[in-house]
Amino acid sequence: MRGTYRRRLLGPQNRHLWFWIFVGPFVLGLTLFTYVPLAWSAYLSFFDAHNTVSPTDFVGLDNYTAMLGDDAFTDSLVTFLVFTALIVPATYVLSLGLALMVNRLRWAQAFFRSVFFLPVACSYVVAALIWKISIFNGVRFGLANTVLDWFGADQIAWLSTTEPPWYWLVIVTVRLWLQAGFYMVLFLAGLQRISPRLYEAAAVDGARPGWQVFRHITFPQLRATSVAVVLLLVINAFQAFDEFYNLLSDARGYPPYARPPLVYLYYTALGQGQNLGLGSAGAVILALIIAVVTVVQARWFGLGRKED
Amino acid sequence: MSMSRRRLLGAGGGLALTGALASACGTNTGRGGDDHAGQPVIEQWYHQYGEAGTEQAVRRYADAFDGANVQVQWRPGNYDQQTAAALLTDSGPDVFEASGPSLDQIQGGQVVDLTDLLSEAKDDFNPTVLEQKTYQGKVWGIPQVIDMQLLYYRKSLLADAGVEPPDTLDALIDAAKKLTTKNVKGLFLGNDGGPGVLAGTPLNAAGLELITKDGEIGFDDPAAARTLGKLHQLYAEKSLLLGAPSDWSDPAALTQGLTAMQWSGLWALPQVQKALGEDFGVLPFPKDGADGAPAVPVGAYGAAVSAKTKHKAEAKAYVKWLWVDRTEYQEDFALRYGFHIPARISLAKKAAKLRTGAAGEAARYAFDHGHVSEPLLWTAAARTAYQDALSRIIKGGANPDGELRSVIRKAQAELRRVKKKN
Repeated sequence: MRGTYRRRLLGPQNRHLWFWIFVGPFVLGLTLFTYVPLAWSAYLSFFDAHNTVSPTDFVGLDNYTAMLGDDAFTDSLVTFLVFTALIVPATYVLSLGLALMVNRLRWAQAFFRSVFFLPVACSYVVAALIWKISIFNGVRFGLANTVLDWFGADQIAWLSTTEPPWYWLVIVTVRLWLQAGFYMVLFLAGLQRISPRLYEAAAVDGARPGWQVFRHITFPQLRATSVAVVLLLVINAFQAFDEFYNLLSDARGYPPYARPPLVYLYYTALGQGQNLGLGSAGAVILALIIAVVTVVQARWFGLGRKED
Repeated sequence: MSMSRRRLLGAGGGLALTGALASACGTNTGRGGDDHAGQPVIEQWYHQYGEAGTEQAVRRYADAFDGANVQVQWRPGNYDQQTAAALLTDSGPDVFEASGPSLDQIQGGQVVDLTDLLSEAKDDFNPTVLEQKTYQGKVWGIPQVIDMQLLYYRKSLLADAGVEPPDTLDALIDAAKKLTTKNVKGLFLGNDGGPGVLAGTPLNAAGLELITKDGEIGFDDPAAARTLGKLHQLYAEKSLLLGAPSDWSDPAALTQGLTAMQWSGLWALPQVQKALGEDFGVLPFPKDGADGAPAVPVGAYGAAVSAKTKHKAEAKAYVKWLWVDRTEYQEDFALRYGFHIPARISLAKKAAKLRTGAAGEAARYAFDHGHVSEPLLWTAAARTAYQDALSRIIKGGANPDGELRSVIRKAQAELRRVKKKN
């Protein structure tokens, strides 16, 4: 009896035991540090929770209506849309371009692949501070302003000027530098999966190498990779925090422009505001928006559908 | 004994699990324990001061206290956010330095009433900063030292441009324009153009307040829109330094010649003096309008006691010992490393460093034109709404009247919220 129970628990050849030894700690961590806080946050969103995580004052949907009626929150969603509209196509084009270039290299391919991939290893915080302090500071000895000075142009306060909004150039370039290498590797994998026979057949049919082959063979064959890349880029854009916060915040706060949703929720819930109920409602709204956008986008692109 | 790979993995897993359980069950949370000598352990947090020697000084004070083993934590980064989050947990500080404590922390029962610590010394504490720490007649933080902000200017640059030190807001705007050249800007109000650091100071200069003594909105007045609207001119005329490597709290922009005038703190005075010698002067924020008056914001970091401390009596005794009884430490902390005004009036009056030159003028501004930098009823949500509006007014040229209407609505809703909790 005891033997049967033990066998059932541990499974044949102790497979269940080893499964839980290896997977268990991660499941425990995921539950403790992800699912429990998520559930707790959803719970908090229905309470007046100023400076407390165990509130008693139930307010129903008040936090949700307050957050949806808050101009600063809706402005932060607009910031996200602008950021997505800038960063997704820019990263897509740059990483695909790099992948095509590296893929064609006859020599030193591994070297250039590494060179373009290396920025991925850099911290967003460090990169943002380099961009802010060394390259795009607003004074005469910043790198960008020094270059402008060579051409006799005026200095620009890159992060503080709202008309024109030069801060977007800083925000987009730092993320572009940090993430293009990663997506390049995804595209490289996609490119290497394309059968050489297709190119041979195209050549036999008289297709001109270059744009014509790219448009009719390479690009359609990268469809699955492209869908995954765009999906990841949009989700990552939604989660933007580090570079925005480190580029634009100071000890006294954050300017009202270029404030993405996570930065706004950070100030609402975890900053001095400590309005954990309102912040949680914002987090739930944001999670729902991300989920809806992802599902719609996935269905639109046909993610997971069998290739024809 | 030979050991198979499976047995080795099993043993390793067991050891790891034992270690994890041991550390999870450990009690070294920094709160509530007693040290080996049987003394209660009190954890005290400070924000990271820029002045060399301050950290060693506060550790020295802590070591000199007999009633508990005080462990000082010197915390860089977003200190206010760190403490606000830590107070929600059981592993936060017992005693902590706070620019507040904030009204939400007081109403949320996160800090201890410290009224009895002041006793007969209460009248000797600067009333402006004590008011900021008082709610419903009770004191929630003991002011340590007073910090103030003021306008620094380079005498030589003003003289070269034929500009007098400005005594009105219009004169300040005019001076900033005249002092702006290709490489030197006229005025530095922080890299954001001013909304963060100025707070209610321009309103004070127009004769208004963020919150009145009666606890009402103090800037529902056409003068507020008029004064704030003028600040846009500084931005539009490109007189403001923006994007400096260090922000307003550091006088580097002034000492490195990036700007002719800079809004900064009194703490920066020794650095400015060292770099510029006698070639600088200090001013309050200049008045605006017939009802206006020069203004400087004053505030104080204070010592607060967490309501979650397991050693409330010892923590309170320590705060009283350090910031009420040991006046020599307060004087040392205020004047030996950087430059601050002692919170005790008697100490401030007898401090030789605060009687002459620019420091003497600054101290006089604090007494004559000082306004509490942020009243207790000015909540974080109201501050964000006001700063956002000020940013849109200064940089975007937004209509000040419309922007202020929306801030007033937000601030009134916040006042209703906090008053409901009374």
